[in-house]
Amino acid sequence: MNNPEEETVQLTHGAGGRAMGELLEKHVLNTFTRKSAGEIGLDQLDDGATIDLPGEGTLVLTTDSHVVKPLFFPGGDIGKLAVCGTVNDLAVMGADPIALTSSLIVEEGFPIKKLDRVMASMEETSAESGIPIITGDTKVLEKGDMDGLAINTAGIGLADKPISDAGMNPGDKVILTGTIGDHGMALMQYREGLSFKTELKSDIAPLNSLLRSASESGDITAMKDPTRGGIAAALNEMAQKSNLGLTIKEELVSVREAVSGIAELIGISPYEVANEGKAIITARAETAREIVEGLRGHPLGRNARIIGEINQERPGKVIMETEIGGRRFLEAPLGDPVPRIC
Amino acid sequence: MKFKFKDRERADELVQLINRRVPDRRIKIVHVCGTHEVAITENGLRSLLPDRIDIREGPGCPVCVTPTSDLDAALKLAERGAIITAFGDMMNVPGTAKSLNELKSEGADVRLVYSVSEGAKIAENTEKQVVFLGVGFETTTPMTAAILKDDPPENFSILPSNKLIPPAMKSLLELPDNDIDGFIAPGHVSTIIGVRPYESLAEEYGVPIVVGGFEPLDILYALALIMNQISNSDPKAENGYNRAVDYEGNPKSKKLIKEVFKETDATWRGIGTIPNSGLTLNRNYEEWNALNRFEVEPEEGIEEPPNCLCPQVITARATPGECELFKEKCTPSSPYGPCMVGEEAMCNIWYRYGGRPKL
Repeated sequence: MNNPEEETVQLTHGAGGRAMGELLEKHVLNTFTRKSAGEIGLDQLDDGATIDLPGEGTLVLTTDSHVVKPLFFPGGDIGKLAVCGTVNDLAVMGADPIALTSSLIVEEGFPIKKLDRVMASMEETSAESGIPIITGDTKVLEKGDMDGLAINTAGIGLADKPISDAGMNPGDKVILTGTIGDHGMALMQYREGLSFKTELKSDIAPLNSLLRSASESGDITAMKDPTRGGIAAALNEMAQKSNLGLTIKEELVSVREAVSGIAELIGISPYEVANEGKAIITARAETAREIVEGLRGHPLGRNARIIGEINQERPGKVIMETEIGGRRFLEAPLGDPVPRIC
Repeated sequence: MKFKFKDRERADELVQLINRRVPDRRIKIVHVCGTHEVAITENGLRSLLPDRIDIREGPGCPVCVTPTSDLDAALKLAERGAIITAFGDMMNVPGTAKSLNELKSEGADVRLVYSVSEGAKIAENTEKQVVFLGVGFETTTPMTAAILKDDPPENFSILPSNKLIPPAMKSLLELPDNDIDGFIAPGHVSTIIGVRPYESLAEEYGVPIVVGGFEPLDILYALALIMNQISNSDPKAENGYNRAVDYEGNPKSKKLIKEVFKETDATWRGIGTIPNSGLTLNRNYEEWNALNRFEVEPEEGIEEPPNCLCPQVITARATPGECELFKEKCTPSSPYGPCMVGEEAMCNIWYRYGGRPKL
């Protein structure tokens, strides 16, 4: 069915799932030849890259473009997202964020008032996370050449010991820092024009202080923030990269009632939609409990739980034990079912 | 509510009951409903049951069994300037030359709708002819009948491709290499037609047919009833979904269907022509049949041989895992056969929910 001459980029290519992985592999990673400046580089497709600073630790660099629709959503907006997205990518690499950049791409005719709201929100989140925004860029495009506002942020951080998303070992426990699907479903209820509105809000939050307290309380082996494609995509990525198996128990994964309600209504699984204030952490079994206790002591980690463990049963696959006691593979979604979420 | 149907203890009890009754040989159970397959796969029910119970989906995906001839007719109507309205997963099903989506990208006015009433609404707001591609089983047919009875816009018409489940079940039972030990009959369809239409099938072929609901416990319960019938050698039609299905079905819906439609032979993709397995508009409603209105003669479509096991999967003679293209070359974004296109089809569901016979 596919003629390579006529292939075009599809929305699923940007949705964090299998289609995106294929696009990057074939058309980006195969083209670039100089792809690293430290242990973790482009090929690892981690949340960021590392640059070794002998004697000083490791510098972590990350970048993220934000194109959410709607720009203002329950619980946040594109400004908060632009700061959190990059801070969280640094934090899950085990880095203490140092500073951010901010590049605005704005459509001609975009209301200054809205821009002010977005900037105020960036300021507020920068203050909340304690990370300064130290340089930036601004471009304005002709009306119709884009939709409203896009923000790119890059960030640097310093890590004693960078944490990849594939460093786990058999026997490690899998910890989830809270409920799943809040961000994706909060946007979904807006998008789908559902006739009822719930109190559901995005879980968007900067995770640097939460994850610092986690790493202080135990031996973390891998971390990842389950954004696009949800925890289904993130867990599968971790399984594939480590070539280990993950088994999780459905009954231990917390889903808010509003989230499962919307999920059932529109037929999209909460496992497959984005989170913006959650992390998946793997840790040595001996210290996993302490890490969960540490997380629960933080306002953003109150629902933290061990949801499963790492094993060698089916390398590269995620097995889900269902509530009723059955077992199946939890597959990576083809792509996030909701375009433009982060 | 949700947890009531996912009660692990009750599930264990039902599984034990099934274990006690299942004979000591391979037992093949077929259901004919995408929603059943989702519930079975999503909850990992197969892994709870003994290996010798083999559960498969038959022709339970209306999109998948819509023949190329019906799609080709829709494409012809679009070429003549009609607005075509269809359900979402119809859009990628291949016709002889192209799919509705491909036609759309060439400029034809093809619109995705969620119901027949949405199609009628589009007709209200345009001068153009609007055709609704009437795909579906007994569940969606009453809605179409209701719209046609309720004085629809004059520029609205239906391309009838509605199908009936019991004749399809019969056709599976008649396949010589298909040793089916029991059917879980579809809950949704049965709310309309009731349990009685399965009686003659159960009797003639000596096969248990139990109507099942869609929660994991409903399905285990239906399986337990089937095993009960098998161990008692008492095959019959039985209602395992009493809270939603009346033995006689829904008289109002049945009457609506009868008033507007009549039975006809129909072609099922992957199966062939099954006598009296389709519905077309009857004499009183002929004018709403798009084929009459546009004087289009349905032609025998040419099915691109999918080079996959789809025909076997649709007739419950193979599972997706037996097809070497499954997940490797055949995915929802580049499907080979209709079993991967339709969201209610076994290949598509196994792809999304990680279905396997065992894990």
